[in-house]
Amino acid sequence: MAAIRAEGLYKVFGRRPDDVVRQLSEGASTEDVVAKGATPAVIDVSLDVQPGEIFVVMGLSGSGKSTLIRMLNGLLLPTAGHVHVGGKDVAELDPKSLRQLRSEQMSMVFQHFALLPHRNVLENAGYALKVRGVDKEARNKKAQEALEMVGLSGWGDRLPSQLSGGMKQRVGLARALAAETGIMLMDEAFSALDPLIRREMQDQLIDLQQRLNKTVVFITHDLNEAMRLGDRIAVMRAGRIVQTGTPAEILREPADDYVAEFVKDVDRTRVLTAAAVMEPASVGHDEYPAVTPDTLLADIFALADQRPLPLAVVDGENRVLGIVNERNLLHAMVSSDAVQGRNKEARHG
Amino acid sequence: MDEWVEGWRIPLGTWVEGFVFWLQDMFPPFFNFLASVLTGIYEAMADLFTWPPVLVMIAIFGVLGLLARGWKFGIGGAVGLFGIQLLDQWESSMQTLALVLGSVLIATVLAIPIGIVAARSQVFSNLIRPVLDFMQTMPPLVYLLPGIFFFGIGEVPGMLATIVFAMPPGIRLTELGIRQVDQEVVEAGHAFGSPPGKILRQIQLPLARPTIMAGINQVIMLALSMVVLAGFVGAPGLGQEVLSALSRIEIGLGAEAGLSVVILAIYLDRVTASLGTRSGLGLSRLVKMR
Repeated sequence: MAAIRAEGLYKVFGRRPDDVVRQLSEGASTEDVVAKGATPAVIDVSLDVQPGEIFVVMGLSGSGKSTLIRMLNGLLLPTAGHVHVGGKDVAELDPKSLRQLRSEQMSMVFQHFALLPHRNVLENAGYALKVRGVDKEARNKKAQEALEMVGLSGWGDRLPSQLSGGMKQRVGLARALAAETGIMLMDEAFSALDPLIRREMQDQLIDLQQRLNKTVVFITHDLNEAMRLGDRIAVMRAGRIVQTGTPAEILREPADDYVAEFVKDVDRTRVLTAAAVMEPASVGHDEYPAVTPDTLLADIFALADQRPLPLAVVDGENRVLGIVNERNLLHAMVSSDAVQGRNKEARHG
Repeated sequence: MDEWVEGWRIPLGTWVEGFVFWLQDMFPPFFNFLASVLTGIYEAMADLFTWPPVLVMIAIFGVLGLLARGWKFGIGGAVGLFGIQLLDQWESSMQTLALVLGSVLIATVLAIPIGIVAARSQVFSNLIRPVLDFMQTMPPLVYLLPGIFFFGIGEVPGMLATIVFAMPPGIRLTELGIRQVDQEVVEAGHAFGSPPGKILRQIQLPLARPTIMAGINQVIMLALSMVVLAGFVGAPGLGQEVLSALSRIEIGLGAEAGLSVVILAIYLDRVTASLGTRSGLGLSRLVKMR
C-alpha cells in the first residue's frame, strides 16, 4: 500500500473555489480561470508515494509544490480531492485526529529551518516529542540520539542563533528524526544553504534514509538536487504534474519541451547508471572488466584508465546484463532534444 | 443659505449628558465596585511604597536597576531617586508611582488579551482600531468630567483616565508582536501537531515578548504623562504639587515637582525598556514567559 496517496487534488485560492474546480475539471484552461480572478495553485494532482522511497516534487516557484506538500499533512485543506495517509483521509479528520496524525506519522522540515529561537538545540530537537507529551528524560534522550545522527552531538545547549545555516537545518532534520515518524515532508529543505553544505546535507539525507528507511517527500526547485535525491521525481508546472518517473526516465524521455528544457542543465553522469546506458550483448562475464548495474557514469569515467571500455555490466550472481562501450556513453551524454535537433539538421541538409 | 444650515444642530451634548445620568442611575453597584477595586489597588501600592524607610526603598530601586541594566544604572538610579528625597518630593513621588503602576497593571492585564484576540481575528482588529484612536486622541479632561460625576474627586477618576489613555499602545504592540512572529515557526508548531493554545504560549508569546514589552514600556510612559492631569481631579501625588504650584504661582515648587516627575520617568523607562531585551544581569530572565 502506498504511504501517501493523493487523488485528484485541487487547491484554488480566491473567490468561489468550487466553481473554479468544476470549470477546470471540465477542461477550462488555467488562463481562463486566472482571468476571472481565481488562483489555482494545484490542479488535478494524483500521486502515490511508496513506503521507503524519496519522492521528489520538482518545480519552479509558483508551480504549486509548496501548496501540494501542505495538503499532504493538512496544513492546507484541498479544495477538492483526497489525501490518504495510512488509510485515513486527511481532509476528513477532525482537528484533534489531524494533530495526532501530524505528530505521530508525518514530520516536516522547513526551508528557513523554523527553529524556536528561544529554545536551545536540544529542546528544539525534542520539540515534536514535547508536543506529543513525552516526559523530559525520554525526550532529551531521543533528541540527543537524533542530534548524534545528524552530527551535532555536543551542541545541545547552544541557541539556534549561534549556529550556521547548515547546522540549523541539521537541527531541523534532527527534530523531524526525533519524532520517529514514518514519513518526512521536506519543503525546500536545502534551498537556503550554500552549495557545498547543500551537497553534504543531500548525502546525509540519502545515508539516513538508507539506514532508517523513511518515506520522504522532498520539494525542490533544483533538478540536479531532485536527480541526486529522488527515487522518483514528479515535475510540476503551473499547478499540474507534467511528468512522474525515475531520474533516468525523465532524463532520457522528457515528457514535453518544458521538462526537456530543465533536463539540459543536469549533470547526466551523476544520474545515469551503467544499467541505463548499456546495450544487450551475449558475452562471458570475464571477457571485459565488470561493473555493477548501479554504477554511475561519473564513476565509469573516473576509472576509465584502470578499466578500459567496453565494460560488462554484471549483476550480483555474475550474470552479464549487457555491455557499455564508447558509443553508449557518448550517446547518453547528449540530451534527447539535442539529438532531435541534429536529426532535423541532417534531414534538412 | 448659511442661515438655513445654522438651524441644523445635532444635540450630541444633550444625548451624552442624558446617557451619563442614566448610567449613574442604572448601575451604581457597578461603579461602586469599580471604584473600590481601583482605590484598593492604589492604596495597597501606596502603602507598600511609603511604608519602608526612604533609604531602604532607594536601595531596593537601586538593586532593581542593577538587575535590569547593570551596576552603572543601579547606582545612577539610586542617586537620582535620592535627589527626589532631597527635593522633599518623596511621598508625592511614591503616591504617583502607586497611581502609575496601579493603572499600568490594570491596563496591561486588559491590553494583552485584547491584543492577542486582535492578532487572531482581523474583524476584531478592524473593530477596535477606531476605539483605540478614540482613546488616544480624545482630550482626557473631557472624560475626566463624567469621571468625577461617577466617582467624585480623588485617585479613581485619575486612574481611569490614565488607564484609558495609556492602554492603546499595549494593545497595538501586542497585536503587532504576535503578527510579526515568523510564520514558518508558527507553521512548524502546527506541522508537529501542537494545538493552537500551546502555539500561542510556547511560540507566539515568547517570540513577541520584546514587542509586547516595548508596548508595556509605552503604557508606563503614557501613564506618567497623565500624572499632572490626574492631579486636576484630585488624585494625590506629584500632580497635586504641580497643580498647587500653578495656582499659587510658586515657580520653585513647580520646578521641584516637575523634576521629580522627570527622574521617576527616566528610571521607569530604562528599567522597563530592558525587560524586552537580554541585557542586564537577569531581571529580564525573571520575567521571561515560559
